[in-house]
Amino acid sequence: MVYTKRVDGRKLDELRPIEAKVGVIPNAKGSAMFRSGHTLAYAAVYGPRELFPKHLQNPKKGIIRCYYNMMPFSGSGERIRPGGNRRAQEISMVMTNALNPVVDLSAFPNTVVDIFVELPQTDAGTRCAAICAASMALADAGIPMKDMVSAVACGEVDGTVVADLIYDEEAYDAIVSDIPVAVLHNSKEVTLLQMDGEISKEALLRAIQMAQKVTEKIHEIQKKALKDKYAREE
Amino acid sequence: MNAMWSFLEKLWLKEWIFFLENTYRDGNKIYAKILGLVGAAGRVIRITPLSGPYVPRVGDKIVGKVIDITMTGWRVDTGTAYSALLNVKDATTRYIKKEEDLSKIISVGDYVVVKIINVTSQNLIDLTMKEPGLFKTVGGRVIEINNQKVPRVIGKQGSMISLIKSRTGCEITVGQNGNIWIRGHSPENELLAAKAIKLVEEKSHYEGLTERMEKFLAEHGTTADITPVEQAAPEENSNERYEEN
Amino acid sequence: MIINKETILQLAKQGKRLDGRGLLEYRTPFEVELDISWTAEGSAKVRLGETVVIAGVKMSLDKPYADTADEGGITVNAELLPLSSPEYEPGPPQMKGIELARVTDRGIRESHAIDLKKLCVTPGEKAWFVTIDLISINDAGNLFDVATVAALAALKNARFPYVDPETGVIDYHKKTDQKVPLVKEPIGITVYKISGNLLVDPTSEEEKSYDARLSVATDEHGIISALQKGGDAPLTVDEIGKMIDIAMDKAKFLRNALDKELARKKK
Repeated sequence: MVYTKRVDGRKLDELRPIEAKVGVIPNAKGSAMFRSGHTLAYAAVYGPRELFPKHLQNPKKGIIRCYYNMMPFSGSGERIRPGGNRRAQEISMVMTNALNPVVDLSAFPNTVVDIFVELPQTDAGTRCAAICAASMALADAGIPMKDMVSAVACGEVDGTVVADLIYDEEAYDAIVSDIPVAVLHNSKEVTLLQMDGEISKEALLRAIQMAQKVTEKIHEIQKKALKDKYAREE
Repeated sequence: MNAMWSFLEKLWLKEWIFFLENTYRDGNKIYAKILGLVGAAGRVIRITPLSGPYVPRVGDKIVGKVIDITMTGWRVDTGTAYSALLNVKDATTRYIKKEEDLSKIISVGDYVVVKIINVTSQNLIDLTMKEPGLFKTVGGRVIEINNQKVPRVIGKQGSMISLIKSRTGCEITVGQNGNIWIRGHSPENELLAAKAIKLVEEKSHYEGLTERMEKFLAEHGTTADITPVEQAAPEENSNERYEEN
Repeated sequence: MIINKETILQLAKQGKRLDGRGLLEYRTPFEVELDISWTAEGSAKVRLGETVVIAGVKMSLDKPYADTADEGGITVNAELLPLSSPEYEPGPPQMKGIELARVTDRGIRESHAIDLKKLCVTPGEKAWFVTIDLISINDAGNLFDVATVAALAALKNARFPYVDPETGVIDYHKKTDQKVPLVKEPIGITVYKISGNLLVDPTSEEEKSYDARLSVATDEHGIISALQKGGDAPLTVDEIGKMIDIAMDKAKFLRNALDKELARKKK
């Protein structure tokens, strides 16, 4: 059995409808909203600001810290009790690792740039949406960056490699692998790579290549959102 | 040269060029590090940032908030991540006795117009308030704008800020850190000046900003100049309160 | 954060404010969007000036409490997100968030806005429990008023999830048409006293420069269901009376504004 027709009718490498906007949280130095289908993420950047506890300070450059959180009513089932949970902590960490290679805080020693991402509703691909939103928010804040980061969850559903899995595909009744990938736009290097499921090496490489291809489209949307903030009236 | 849009787009250049900050080089490609407007003049590529943190520089005049009183002076919040100190000996030319209560000179919560005299490699800042044009603010209000827009708010040779000052009759001190102190005859005048400054901040990347500003000030205020409020002029004693008439 | 405290105090004495508003004037725009979270049973996003709050409703089936065997329950929780202001840190709720949750909770609970008996499925065995989560997205002052409007809007939008009649298991992916039994519309208004004058809808700066405040929740019949005094300075009984009058008037104003927004969006 091969998965040829996707649950929601999309082509194998087709992304869900995406909406992106920057400057949505006035209190923050930079902010963004990124929505892919039913997965919606808000990101806000504060800093560079003083870093506590002091032993985390780096005298050569500033650091970034990501905080990923799903709102209590954003899960696909019951309410999620607020407060730290291990999944959110892990995602926060891999997000930080995905964004670190592009951020240049050498002019701001001993400081921290805090990136908060919150999701009011989700339908798979949450850490990818979070990274896309965070990337835009950092650019909106004018934090020096060497490249933009875009992310998408690709994977294999019942033998077919697809892009941008939704919840119903993750839960599909067959062998599924869910592979979130973050890609740098200029160099095409990978800064986030995780996997849930079972897959062969060959299919995995195809999934990563698909991610590199579709993140180009995501990048265009992120770039447009940044430009639109400064669009001139005619 | 025309300003073009650029964000991390490759700029192919055949000759050697000089590039200023906010860019980096990878082989023979040059990338912008931040979202900004690109301009090129001769061999120099300049990126004008649209946003970004304030980087403290020696000589900058800034408006800061006093957050602590130490043994030797005051700690000032400059809107950066870094500590800024105003030493007693740099605050006033008056002789300060050892037991004197520093909070009677400048208290926590006061806003001060100061100049940066030193920035260490770790970005710690030393300030002075002793030069002319530097003072502790009394009355009025402080507003916050994106520090990258300060040059536009000031304008070519101060033209924009002078226009706003004269039409609202307000004293306005623009800090390089994006904090701006405004004092006028009335809260309504101060509010108009604040709105005018916010307008510049919002539309800073547009052309024809001066005409836009003239129109705005005419619609919401007057087309004539207003005599400004008298200068506070604290000279020797920075603890003299300005009496409102 | 810039706080022009002295100037705010001086202006308030003359009945004026930094942003030129009247003492009893609310900021604009006022916008309400319903159903902003497809995973919540009900949700709303409310914007007042630059303050934005999202409220989400989740429902679950549980055994009723022993002393109220024929009733379901409601809980209100508030998260003041670090996303929404440089003042908030990640971690467990701080006093401001706890107070916001508890006062909003009392406003809804004590007014019997939800008929808890209608939430009962099988007395002593199964009943619906409704949780409202109030989430700050941008705190530019007056989270309290905005949060109570968001809670009300989310409750108006809330529908029971589908329950499999055979297994009794909830399928959160399917919503029924059955709305949550909302019988009253309480709204909480916080009135502030600055330099002896009373005002509403404070900015973040004004929230840091006040003498005393009184939060009052009232329903559409003018019945008070919650009160909370805050701030260091005392209030005279006369002031309290005036503040309650203002709160009732403004609750009516916001209730009308909410209805108008919802009607406008329906078109």
